[in-house]
Amino acid sequence: MHRRRLLQLVLTAACAVATGAHATTPGRPRDIRIGLTPVFLDDQLDFLKQLRAYFERRLGWPVSFVQRGSYREIIELVRVGKIDFAWLCGYPYTRYQQDMKLLAVPLYQGKPLYRSYLIVPASDTRTSTFTDLKGKVFAYSDPDSNSGYLYPQYTLLRAGENPASFFSRTFFTWGHRKVVEAVGVGLAQGGAVDGYVWDTLARVRPELTAATRVAHRSPELGHPPFVARLKIPETEFRMMQKVLLGMRDDAEGAALLRSLNLDGFVAGDGHLFDSIAVMARAVAAGR
Amino acid sequence: MKLTPLADISLRYKIPLRVIILVIVTAFFVTASMVFREHDESRRDLVAHAAGLGRVLADTLTTPLIHDDLWRAYEVVRSPQRRSGGDFETLSAASVVVMDTEFRTFVSTQPARYPLGSNPAQKEADFGHVQSAVGAGDSATQRLVEPPASDHLYMVTPIIADGVLLGHLVLGYSREVFIPRLHNLVTRSVLVTLLVLGVLLPLSAWWARRLADPLVQLAEAMDQVTTQLPDPAAVPLLATGDEIGRLAQAFRGMLTGLREKQQLEQHMLVAERLAAVGRLSAGIAHEINNPLGGMLNALNTFRRHGNPDAITEKTISLLERGLTQIRHTVAALLVEAKIESHPLTPEDIEDIHILVMAAADKKLANFVWHNRVTEAVPLPSTLVRQILLNLLLNAVQAIDDGGHVECDTRVEDQRLVILVENDGAHIDEDRLPYLFEPFSTDRPEGNGLGLWVTYQIVQQLQGDLEVDSRPGLTRFVIELPLP
Repeated sequence: MHRRRLLQLVLTAACAVATGAHATTPGRPRDIRIGLTPVFLDDQLDFLKQLRAYFERRLGWPVSFVQRGSYREIIELVRVGKIDFAWLCGYPYTRYQQDMKLLAVPLYQGKPLYRSYLIVPASDTRTSTFTDLKGKVFAYSDPDSNSGYLYPQYTLLRAGENPASFFSRTFFTWGHRKVVEAVGVGLAQGGAVDGYVWDTLARVRPELTAATRVAHRSPELGHPPFVARLKIPETEFRMMQKVLLGMRDDAEGAALLRSLNLDGFVAGDGHLFDSIAVMARAVAAGR
Repeated sequence: MKLTPLADISLRYKIPLRVIILVIVTAFFVTASMVFREHDESRRDLVAHAAGLGRVLADTLTTPLIHDDLWRAYEVVRSPQRRSGGDFETLSAASVVVMDTEFRTFVSTQPARYPLGSNPAQKEADFGHVQSAVGAGDSATQRLVEPPASDHLYMVTPIIADGVLLGHLVLGYSREVFIPRLHNLVTRSVLVTLLVLGVLLPLSAWWARRLADPLVQLAEAMDQVTTQLPDPAAVPLLATGDEIGRLAQAFRGMLTGLREKQQLEQHMLVAERLAAVGRLSAGIAHEINNPLGGMLNALNTFRRHGNPDAITEKTISLLERGLTQIRHTVAALLVEAKIESHPLTPEDIEDIHILVMAAADKKLANFVWHNRVTEAVPLPSTLVRQILLNLLLNAVQAIDDGGHVECDTRVEDQRLVILVENDGAHIDEDRLPYLFEPFSTDRPEGNGLGLWVTYQIVQQLQGDLEVDSRPGLTRFVIELPLP
């Protein structure tokens, strides 16, 4: 009798320990998983640690970041619901918006917009458009990137060129920062990058951007947004959105935003990405 | 016969100079051999490193090559260059080029130099060698290519996936990577050499001085031999048994011999001259004595039988006195050893003590007297007494008031030894050779025959006479052999 009572106590205690921090949201099986892509400087691990700690404190929930080698893997993880949120490019969002929900859009220089840059080696002082680079080696960042792939493809199509054969050789670096490096060392004679990433890199690692020159800037396009998996519980969606939108209102969040070179987040509107959707359709039709 | 201009330099400088040369030559050869070894080792390290790195990179490159993933391939070839610090700095490849099976550049660490798709062999002769070396043999083995007249060497590694050759990885290394290491080595050994010289130079200078100083002193002493014989005692004599010690000893011996010979020559010279003077004076004395005897006889006869008047008497007296003086002088010159005389007794010697005492007292002399002759000696007493008297009167005359005069007589080894010394003014060295010549006195009184007579007596008795005169002490030692 005594022994049974004791066992019961031990079991109860074990349960209490196991549920621990999760007690406020009963039934949640795991921590909040946020997918990241190189739409920002996602290789600054120390900064990511601070950002994660900030989210955990604000959410009151363990947070883990998920990084993969390409946009595609993160997109798939969101679509199948294996991760709760993701910072993605506008291009996959327009393609798969039936599988995800727009959570928030970053404000860059006061607007939820950014540009795609055409960069060339600093030694190249003549190039001003994509068409000047005919027959050259060109570096794309990711096939699912708007600024690093879709925009140049679209621009070439509009110029009457066939993007598949216009360059002598193209390759993907799977990251905007690496496009800057590839062009900087002369591996490629041109590259397409996220303008926000290039600008931010110019502040953090000026020696990398100094080896390149921005030859062309695209019109303003919808900034890569934060999305949520389609079946995210409403409370969690609201909680996360509140954290992002409120970042600029507390000192710690503001400091992190400064590191991100962003002004804050807004709830955003799906129409922000209409121009990207137009380009995506044009490119798909052109193939 | 001068071998080099350096041959005349003193040992004091020659020895340190030789030490410097030896140290530098040794350091040079040691450094040279170390440089060669280091170069070999560096090269071996480099080749081993390059081979290992080549294999790892080639393995890693298979997937990017199959996927035609240029950026991944670039990241792979760039990875070894990103490491820094330590040996990797010097061992990192100057260039990495990945070529496909057609020897076209797939990727390289220097895209500007090796554009994608170009054949580097068309631009660089080194790659022509690489290409022909790969083409010549089994293209699936790793090999080191060293193009002649090139400052680079190349490690060529085949990139193989599942037995299929995908291309080649070429790691180019500058031969100059060795230079900093070798330069560092040479700098260090120069420093060590200077350090060693810094220690050895004072040491060798001290050592050289120790070795050279006795030699230099010996050489200086030898230089003097031609002008004036140095005192053998002044020659540095090392206690060492080496050549220098033996040389010094031999030189001392030689000096002593030379000195004895020189003294002997001087003695002989003096003795010969005195003998000549003796013969001369004896001859003259004989020649004078005969007519002199006749003249004195004649004067005597005339005085006795010629009834001279007062004036004549006076003249005759004058003549007689003059002739008598001549006879005394001549007699003094003519020392006659054959005079019959009784053997010398201790009392004979004591008589002389009494005789001289009067003169000595007059000068308040400290007259020390040792007569150790205890029995009669078979020597003519008159002559020995003459000698003692002459020497002692001279000694008393030589001293200042209150001076010291000493006489010592004894029989030793069948010889009569007479020693007379005083502390009066000493006899100049210049005068010594002429001391025993007649009329050679430097004193106003006396006829200068005392020492001459003494010498003649000693000569006739076949004895030895020795004079030692230096400031404060003048000593005559006479040894007369007993018959």
